[in-house]
Amino acid sequence: MDFAFLFSSMATLLAAVPTTLILFSLSVLCGGLLGLLIVTMRVSGNPVLRNFAKGYIFVFRGSPLMIQMFLVFYGLGQFGFIRYSFLWPFLREPMVCAILSLALCTAGYSAEIFRSGIRAVSPKEIEAGRAIGMSGFLLVRRIIAPIAFRHALPAYSTEIVLMMKSTALASLVTVWEVTGVAQRLISQTYRTMEVFLCAAVIYLVLNFIILQAMALLEYSLSRHRRPAPSAA
Amino acid sequence: MATLELLGFGSTGWGALLLVATLMTLAVTATALAIGAVFGAIVASAKLSGNLILVTLGNIYTTVFRGVPELLIIYLIYFGGSSAITSIGNWMGYEGFLGLPSFASGALAVGIISGAYQAEVYRGAYLAIAKGELEAASAIGMSRAMRVRRIIMPQVLRFAIPGLGNVWQLSLKDSALISVTGLAELMRTSQVAAGSTRQYFLFFIVGGLLYLILTSLSDRIFNRAERRANRSMPASAMGQA
Repeated sequence: MDFAFLFSSMATLLAAVPTTLILFSLSVLCGGLLGLLIVTMRVSGNPVLRNFAKGYIFVFRGSPLMIQMFLVFYGLGQFGFIRYSFLWPFLREPMVCAILSLALCTAGYSAEIFRSGIRAVSPKEIEAGRAIGMSGFLLVRRIIAPIAFRHALPAYSTEIVLMMKSTALASLVTVWEVTGVAQRLISQTYRTMEVFLCAAVIYLVLNFIILQAMALLEYSLSRHRRPAPSAA
Repeated sequence: MATLELLGFGSTGWGALLLVATLMTLAVTATALAIGAVFGAIVASAKLSGNLILVTLGNIYTTVFRGVPELLIIYLIYFGGSSAITSIGNWMGYEGFLGLPSFASGALAVGIISGAYQAEVYRGAYLAIAKGELEAASAIGMSRAMRVRRIIMPQVLRFAIPGLGNVWQLSLKDSALISVTGLAELMRTSQVAAGSTRQYFLFFIVGGLLYLILTSLSDRIFNRAERRANRSMPASAMGQA
């Protein structure tokens, strides 16, 4: 095995890791916030908002991310009113398009995950909250949100691992993150296996860190489930 | 209407090509799912075998192919497969470059990925079989092969249907990535149509709608299959299965 080549490819790929991390963190942040908005609409009593949220979730979960990203990157620039609007300097940037489409897509998946978390909140706890006079936002903040968040956490950590993998698609709209750089290296050197190995190690380490962090968060949020420490 | 003409079946329309491309997407996804079923069954039985080496190999397979971007795996199979075939060809006396067909490499790549997900589905389904039923089967003297055929397989298939539905949806969306190898499936054809007519928005919307039709139709089919497979179960147990 050619270790010199492995090291040099690893160095080239590591230089692209910050781009991947920016794509990942911004799209998870924006997608999570948008997902909260969508799930609020989904569980609200208003039929218009509810159906809008249903439609949003159906569209963004039912079609491939690649076509959504191409729609944002190539499709939006076709319209004059976007080309000549204040948004164009942003939407012209491949990075912005990639983050926008990643965030729009993950918002649909996250909203469904959050909803299953909300449904797991026992009605008795909500009743108890109402009975002692909590209402509206206070009830959400003190009772529903913390419990729903804990229930949703395992599924949500799977979703953000999927997001880390999805950032690879940004290379198709000319953002040079790890997969894009790996593809360029492969087509320059024809040494597919070595480059793949390096890139795979990078993604596996990143995903391992994410999963560990989420497991730690889950552990720290489940103190009430653990047996009380014995008085020693 | 110019738009209707572009999407129509006439000589200037892309309708027929998009329809063929939709069928191509279905074909490549179905092939990938079949390949994945083989890989998944092998990996699931390795993980359930109890043999330390096999369990470790199975864990490595599912971790790597669920943790690495799909696009990277498609590049690995497409470029790696082509150079492997070229070197075999050169060894056998053929000069020059031999490419792997994009259908085969795409179906294999998506199949390997779906195999990792299917392995977990089958493993979960096997673990859902009541222990008592396996014990009862051995107690009345069924051989291992007969136990697999009469007790394990029918139940694993039944318990696996909801999970397989999810894997099918995943593979359907992963199949869009095969377009990078040039296979004329739905994503690739939408891209070509969009590029040559300069109607990017129109064709990506239409392509997206066709994907939505595929995913919602297959969702309905899997729900029906689940209901049918569970028709012998008491209604109260349906929620758990």
